[in-house]
Amino acid sequence: MKWTRVFVALALALAVGLATAASPFASASPDGLEKVADDKRFLDEGRLAAVQEDSPIPDYAFPGVENERLATGLAGFTGTLVVFAFGYGIALAARRRR
Amino acid sequence: MIALHIPDGFLSGDVAAGAAVVAMAAVGYGLRVANVQLDEARVPLLGVLAAFIFAAQMLNFPIAGGTSGHFLGATLAAVLLGPWLACLVMAVVLAVQAFAFADGGISALGANVLNMGVLGALLAGLLVSAAWKLMPHSRVAFLTIVGIVAWLAVVVGAGATSVELALSDTVPLGTSLPPMLGVHTLIGIGEAAITVAAVSAVLAARPDLVALADFQPMPPPAAAEGRI
Repeated sequence: MKWTRVFVALALALAVGLATAASPFASASPDGLEKVADDKRFLDEGRLAAVQEDSPIPDYAFPGVENERLATGLAGFTGTLVVFAFGYGIALAARRRR
Repeated sequence: MIALHIPDGFLSGDVAAGAAVVAMAAVGYGLRVANVQLDEARVPLLGVLAAFIFAAQMLNFPIAGGTSGHFLGATLAAVLLGPWLACLVMAVVLAVQAFAFADGGISALGANVLNMGVLGALLAGLLVSAAWKLMPHSRVAFLTIVGIVAWLAVVVGAGATSVELALSDTVPLGTSLPPMLGVHTLIGIGEAAITVAAVSAVLAARPDLVALADFQPMPPPAAAEGRI
């Protein structure tokens, strides 16, 4: 049990570290589907859903931060913790409903 | 950073709805598996695995021709937690990406969960467990099959995306399938490398946390010390 907590803490630290420190240096080239959509001319059919118009962190750039790398790193830091909390919360809730 | 993330507008209403029904069924079953089978110690693991997959998905790596790709994670999740909990993990990641980061559409969320989560997770669940029964129980053999399945999961997800785009009359199958398979054949190599690295790290630290194989757990530190 305690051993699992150590493992979880280390894995979470690795995830947060990668999202914060490495993501600003990730490739900015269009990826898989985006590249194909551009080449085959259907990229323009994509649009944001109404609720996405005011996404808290659109396009992985933390709002109000001018430095692009810093904005991406902050987005990664925040997002990783939000995903952790959401995943943990759902698993906890699913178990408790027993 | 869209990779296989389909934005809204690419899929017709029918196709998006059909994919959403399948995805919801799989994720719903995942919730049931979590309800019935998830032991207390594994609850934080589900969260941390989702967090790791989210983080790794941000790390686009360059592939040929001014294109990039990134890790998807369905195979990793399925190997560690089993296929149904993996569907749940992938849905958590993709939902946060769509709602908080505007990455992947809202009406297309079901299709994205299907292509990047459910298909890969179920494929991994089937193939890796079948291989585990047939193969010698060695780490090398296990990691080899995990790598192959991780590659296959990405290619299958790309193929499914092309089929959905064709059914939506967005782009004919003959137009999108060859380049989608071509690009994702390369992206799948990255997927295989990251998945094998992550699974071998877990095997080294906590072999008992690998759901799709029954490697013996390491003795707790106290017991190990006692033997010296």
